[in-house]
Amino acid sequence: MSTRLATKGRLIDTRKPLSFSFNGKKMRGYAGDTLASALLANDQMLVGRSFKYHRPRGVVASGAEEPNGLVNLGKEGQFEPNQRVTTTELFDGLEAESQNHWPSLEFDIGAINKHLSRFLPAGFYYKMFMYPRAAWKHVYEPFIRQSAGLGKAPKSRDEDTYEHFYAFCDVLVVGGGVAGLQAALTAGKSGARVILLEQTDHWGGRAPVDGGTIDGGPVDKFVDETLAALKSMDNVQLRNRTMGAGVYDHGYALGYERLTDHAPKAGGPRHRLWRIRAAQIITATGAIERPLSFAGNDIPGVMLASAVRDYVVNYGVSVGDRTVVVTNNDNAYLTAISLKHAGLDVPVILDARVLPDDRGLVAQAKALGIRVLMGHGIASVKGGKRVTGVQICSQAGEGAVLEEVACDAVAMSGGWSPVVHLWSHCGGKLRWDTSHACFLPDVDNPPKGADGMGFVTPAGAASGMFALDDVLHDAHSAAEGVITSLGMRLAKNVSSPIADRREESPLAPVWLMPHGASAKLREKTWLDYQNDVKVSDVRLAAQEGFVSVEHAKRYTTLGMATDQGKLSNINGLATLAGALDADIPTVGTTTFRPPYHPISLASIAGEAKDHVFQPIRRTPIHDWHEANGAIFEPVGQWRRPYAFKRGLESTHDAVMREVKNTREKLGLLDASTLGKIIVKGPDAGKFLDMMYTNVMSTLKVGKCRYGLMCSENGFLIDDGVVARIDEDTWLCHTTTGGAERIHAHMEEWLQTEWWDWNVYVANVTEQYAQVAVVGPNARTALERLGGMDVSKEALGFMDWADGELGGFKVRVYRISFSGELSYEVAVDASHGQAFWDALLAVGADLGVMPYGTECLHIMRAEKGFIMIGDETDGTVIPQDLGLNWAISKKKDDYLGKRAQERSHMTDPNRWKLVGLETVDGSTLPDGAYAVGEGTNENGQKNMIGRVTSTYHSPTLGKGIAMGLVLHGPDRMGEVLSFPGTDGKTYEAKIVDPVFCDKEGEKQNV
Amino acid sequence: MSEPVTALKGGTNTAGFASVTEIGPIGMITLRGRLSEKAITKSAVAASGVTMPEQRMCNTQGEHGIAWMSPDELLVMCPYAEVHDRLADLQEKLAKHHALAVNVSDARAVFQVKGEGVREVLAKLAPVDMHPDQFTPGMFRRTRLAQVPAAFWMTDDTTVHIICFRSVAQYVFEVLCVAAQPGSEVDHF
Repeated sequence: MSTRLATKGRLIDTRKPLSFSFNGKKMRGYAGDTLASALLANDQMLVGRSFKYHRPRGVVASGAEEPNGLVNLGKEGQFEPNQRVTTTELFDGLEAESQNHWPSLEFDIGAINKHLSRFLPAGFYYKMFMYPRAAWKHVYEPFIRQSAGLGKAPKSRDEDTYEHFYAFCDVLVVGGGVAGLQAALTAGKSGARVILLEQTDHWGGRAPVDGGTIDGGPVDKFVDETLAALKSMDNVQLRNRTMGAGVYDHGYALGYERLTDHAPKAGGPRHRLWRIRAAQIITATGAIERPLSFAGNDIPGVMLASAVRDYVVNYGVSVGDRTVVVTNNDNAYLTAISLKHAGLDVPVILDARVLPDDRGLVAQAKALGIRVLMGHGIASVKGGKRVTGVQICSQAGEGAVLEEVACDAVAMSGGWSPVVHLWSHCGGKLRWDTSHACFLPDVDNPPKGADGMGFVTPAGAASGMFALDDVLHDAHSAAEGVITSLGMRLAKNVSSPIADRREESPLAPVWLMPHGASAKLREKTWLDYQNDVKVSDVRLAAQEGFVSVEHAKRYTTLGMATDQGKLSNINGLATLAGALDADIPTVGTTTFRPPYHPISLASIAGEAKDHVFQPIRRTPIHDWHEANGAIFEPVGQWRRPYAFKRGLESTHDAVMREVKNTREKLGLLDASTLGKIIVKGPDAGKFLDMMYTNVMSTLKVGKCRYGLMCSENGFLIDDGVVARIDEDTWLCHTTTGGAERIHAHMEEWLQTEWWDWNVYVANVTEQYAQVAVVGPNARTALERLGGMDVSKEALGFMDWADGELGGFKVRVYRISFSGELSYEVAVDASHGQAFWDALLAVGADLGVMPYGTECLHIMRAEKGFIMIGDETDGTVIPQDLGLNWAISKKKDDYLGKRAQERSHMTDPNRWKLVGLETVDGSTLPDGAYAVGEGTNENGQKNMIGRVTSTYHSPTLGKGIAMGLVLHGPDRMGEVLSFPGTDGKTYEAKIVDPVFCDKEGEKQNV
Repeated sequence: MSEPVTALKGGTNTAGFASVTEIGPIGMITLRGRLSEKAITKSAVAASGVTMPEQRMCNTQGEHGIAWMSPDELLVMCPYAEVHDRLADLQEKLAKHHALAVNVSDARAVFQVKGEGVREVLAKLAPVDMHPDQFTPGMFRRTRLAQVPAAFWMTDDTTVHIICFRSVAQYVFEVLCVAAQPGSEVDHF
């Protein structure tokens, strides 16, 4: 069993006991524990079930590489699935539940034994997709859905807050082990701005566990002193509980700070995403120990040797009373020695190597009386939910059992893989190191910045230095190189400390144990614990032709679980290389992508939640709308009133009332959102003639003209009224959603194509509150305000004038989008609400009512005016809409002209705009298609048109619509049928799109 | 004419580790022209009452100021009540030059964020190096605050002035308050 030892752990504080629960069972731990160490201290080795076979799973590792220990953590607003027990710090009251089991962790009905597992081989999903077809839907999919997914999906809103932080530095050091600390010290002392990130809550990494001396003192002393020195420097920032998650172009890096995961009741943000710009990045990310591939290596109790050591030394936890150590390198002997020192039994060390002599750690272990079997390995691990023993065999053979040893834990070590993830994220290349059997950063091919120079330097174990002295030297020289490349000078008083050296024998690569393991053993030899990928699966993939490592990965799902194969990748690709008789470097690795370890989605969203989820744009009159029954609709980022509801009336009734009132009396529309762009300069007229399809240069001062804008591909992108302000100034109105887009469009052409034209533009959209005063009583209302002449003679249709109304400084445009007598009045935004109030006051007995966008839409549709985004969808040209009158034939050029002359654009079969009137007065469904004779090649009915806008017109008392129809304008009076999604078919007659007041008499009074 | 009303009517929040207050209205004129032309900069100096700032800098004295916006754009600041007169004067002076001067006073909202942690509030929302050695009073940045465009400068080491579009004043106010909320101090600078 696993238990807490009497010897104290380095990181725990036994004076601060904490209580927590696992699957409802109360347990005790100490401050400084991880959830993993606390579970093990309570003899909870079994922590979950695997993804595919629901195999029992125990803790394997002690850090971010852990594949098995994933739990549902917390309750309700703080619930989160897939939390890693090894990276979860224990806190009082923590509640965890294991995942992926039913009905219980101990007894899982979904567990698939080895007899069933052969029905779930590599590529299972792909094979099932193929044959038999019907089986997918009725058999496999329900089964897979039942067994898929690890944690539960949260049901409550996340009650925590999150944020971003932008930081800049000369040198970003990722990893707060001894290498990172030394690199930061060297860089910091040289005067660089340094940020040092460490993913755990403690500094020094695993060096203090592995022992040795630095400058004659213990490693812990070096860590404490270096930390103190760094903290005293103003130019160095230290962040623990902050993982370097990713490295991107141009020295951009992400740090993931977990502020309150260990103290969920504390205030403040839970996670902070550091968005760092670093001139240089040092990855001191350490290395991860590899498992060995032997049968039964997934049984709970089989752990990485380094993890076994960590639990003993850091947390005072023994994972078993009797631990068999199995290794291909010297490093694992440290575990045996640690266990022995802690008073625990190590029945045997199985070393796959055959060494000529006993040196260093091997000699030390033997001196402690530990039995060492050279050239031996594990044939098979005995046990179900917990290790009960191992069967020993020769590593060179096929697995014949020589001896059985009882034990309750196995500590394995297959060597170490440097953490090259961050080096690789932005294109750093790797090389294979034969002596350590691992991939290393190829320092001649680093990720490169805009200057073509590398901006990432690995340091310490991350660059393949495993001896303490080498680690420190490498870190120092990495920082030295970085300081030089920054053009800074290395401080004189800084040098690398000296660490003692251990005599070490070389590692022997072992990719399968025993070397000639039979098929039966290979089927029980796990590579990926979380996704249940075995040696046999990878071999099968190779046999079936998946020779590329990327294909084999996806076919077998190796390394595709939430741990992203931190333990399994190298063993997996070595297995693949073995099956293909290829070298490991020629097989290569899969791609390392950020983040290094999962980060919360909420941290990416940052502050953008609840009331600041998205900016909402408000006009100066927004508050009034809100207080007066407005039903809002989003238009771009604006919220515009759709209608103003009065009393108990429905929204539809409100819209009908607003149309009727505006047509008969007086309506007010808040038109502030419409874009207003000033274009000025000697070449402004020429410029606008290029921007618009019609001629704007000839517009007279004091006049307005409706214009169309097209993209260079000829498609209609915006429309609006242009007013000529003076000799070289125009004001262009755009659609609500178009203001920023059209402003940018103009700037782009001016800056990139016509940079020598003398034109300046300015977006003054928000400078003005603009109110449309619409209806037969509009003039009376303005005359009551008084201050300027708004008569037909002084201010005719399509005129504008500056002046005063009711004491307000205004610009009045005599334009109409409704077909009524209409003025659009612009006032400075800071006076917008007061002007609106003044209009309501003078209009009180004239029947004034505000109206919303739906009323606006209906009135424009009754007049046959098009709406960008309704009648246009990015594929429509003005000619489709019968707007040829607004396209100049005199001009040599305008944006879109040549495109509109292409054969497809002049095709007489393009659908064209018409009005549609239902035969029975009902309203056509929006977006409905008209069907014609016959069917297309897919057996669908041929389509000959579609509805672009459709409304019930209160003015006409029937449904009206606009649509694009094949040969539409030539088919006036024809009746088309529009099948609706409601099962009904609507009949509509093709008519002129102008339904009301064709001569425009009403607006021209 | 009525009294001018700002977007948030001078809303303020002092709950966080930096206070957030809507100030203004301030008179603002966008002036576009070739900054190499003496007449352009001279007229800006006359309209604002302050000297020309260097590239990426601003000069401000109370409500008066000039901010460098781009190689062909300045922001001229003056008391709100004087903006129409000053603009007319500016336009007259530049009548014979290719330049564009428009009133944008009402298109903007102005905020003052004040407190020891003000640099952190900004660094949470804007991709700007707010380190005291890197961003000093007198500098001016056109950037973004979270999801909207904004510009800001520091009047002293604990005070930031922010300009954004009027329509998003509520969003900017709220997002500043979120960034300044107690317990979220970063302790970075």
